[in-house]
Amino acid sequence: MKISTLRRHLREGSRSLYRNGWMTFASISSISISLFILGLFLILGINVNHMSKQIEDQVTIQAFLQLETPQDVRQEIQKKIEAMPEVRKVVFISKEEALEEMRETMGDPLEGLDGENNPLPDGFDIEVKDPRNVQSVTDQILSLNEGREPKPLEQVKYGKDTIDALFKVTSIVRTIGLAFVIALVFTSMFLISNTIKLTILARNREIKIMKLVGATNGFIRWPFFIEGALIGFQGALIPAALLTYGYHLMLEFLQPGLVTVMLKMAPFESTVYPVAGVLMLIGLAIGIWGSTLSVRKFLKV
Amino acid sequence: MIEMHDVWKTYPDGTEAIRGMNLKVDANEFVYVVGPSGAGKSTFMKMIYREEKPTKGTIFVNGFNLGKLKARKIPFVRRNIGVIFQDFRLLPKLTVAENVAFALEVIEAPKRLIKRRTSEVLELVKLRDKADSFPNQLSGGEQQRVAIARAIVNNPAVIIADEPTGNLDPDTSWEIMKLLDEINYRGSTIIMATHNKEIVNTRRRRVIAIEKGQIARDQQRGEYGYED
Repeated sequence: MKISTLRRHLREGSRSLYRNGWMTFASISSISISLFILGLFLILGINVNHMSKQIEDQVTIQAFLQLETPQDVRQEIQKKIEAMPEVRKVVFISKEEALEEMRETMGDPLEGLDGENNPLPDGFDIEVKDPRNVQSVTDQILSLNEGREPKPLEQVKYGKDTIDALFKVTSIVRTIGLAFVIALVFTSMFLISNTIKLTILARNREIKIMKLVGATNGFIRWPFFIEGALIGFQGALIPAALLTYGYHLMLEFLQPGLVTVMLKMAPFESTVYPVAGVLMLIGLAIGIWGSTLSVRKFLKV
Repeated sequence: MIEMHDVWKTYPDGTEAIRGMNLKVDANEFVYVVGPSGAGKSTFMKMIYREEKPTKGTIFVNGFNLGKLKARKIPFVRRNIGVIFQDFRLLPKLTVAENVAFALEVIEAPKRLIKRRTSEVLELVKLRDKADSFPNQLSGGEQQRVAIARAIVNNPAVIIADEPTGNLDPDTSWEIMKLLDEINYRGSTIIMATHNKEIVNTRRRRVIAIEKGQIARDQQRGEYGYED
């Protein structure tokens, strides 16, 4: 294709954006809205992922030993837990360390409980590789009691409710988001192909004349692809800009509150750039695909 | 220039528009196509510029066998055929000069050539002073002259005119005929479908009468031969 031809297609494609003023406006806004919601879900998803990782990282199993457990039994149990393939790390917490930790959070009321008077048991903090295995690892640790008298492990626990709730929320958000997004993408494609259809019908006369004077099919199609791509691109530009600025504001206003519950939102750059990029690509794809549909159907070239 | 051998055209709805047509038109001829409405004139014209494809038989235009022509090649045949209609078919949002240049732009002609040819043909149809007007600012006759300028701008060997004077008053019709004569004189073959008795009977040329999908009469310097 010649440069001057390409320039002509670009000019024609963008000119019909103006010519079909309201239709263009309607389809750009519909794509903007769809992509805005899509972008919102993406940002929400990224943040849910980001935060659930943080919460998951905080999930540890705590195993407490009977007060009078001999040291060799204790070491044997620690080795056995460390040998489990799902376990990432085992830390021994002596009763003194446990008391120290408690003092830090609760303070004075614990005075006079040192040494012989310390009522706390020795224990382990166990981190697992995949938080979904927490339950089975807990069961395995408890089974170490079998065949021993007295049973060395008094209690094995983890934040079961927190994790279960978290998993439920993330999977619901993912499913709903995905369904929503797929529906929206198809709606947008339909809208664009309708707009291009109107362009084609509006320019029916022009197309007929082009055919009469010997324009090739490719030549006739190009401006419609460009129009579709431009609609898609502009439709993506608006939500991309809004979401970028919006996320900037959200970070500013929500982050301070979240820090108090030990959570961090996903960082600005690694969130906003991929989301904007994805929106742009989807916008372009919807635009080109929508116009392809119309061109194939209504432009019997 | 144009040859038809046993050409049949049946539309998908079963209408037999053309039923066994044989014809030869030489280069630089001027042919009137006459006949009652619905006799197959339009189909006949459309087949020459490959808007319709014959169901049976062969049509040669400019050496191309239109019956066997691949869809991809149609544009290149059309570049050698200029088409003029009763309703002008100009683009309302383009100026006169742009309407004419359009025919060259869409076949990706070089810019300088477009400029030169556009002003040449506007000169020929005597519309140079209206180059920047829009079609709705012109009279019917002027609009038809723009359409003719567009049809001849890429020097086609054949001009197909489907009732070019159908919407015009008698004086303007004669102007258009003079122009078509001039184009014919410059070397283009002209096939013109018409219902204009006065023109056919005054400017005697070859007359082909089509009735019920067949050639009912083919006369050099013929008459219109109908009463309407």
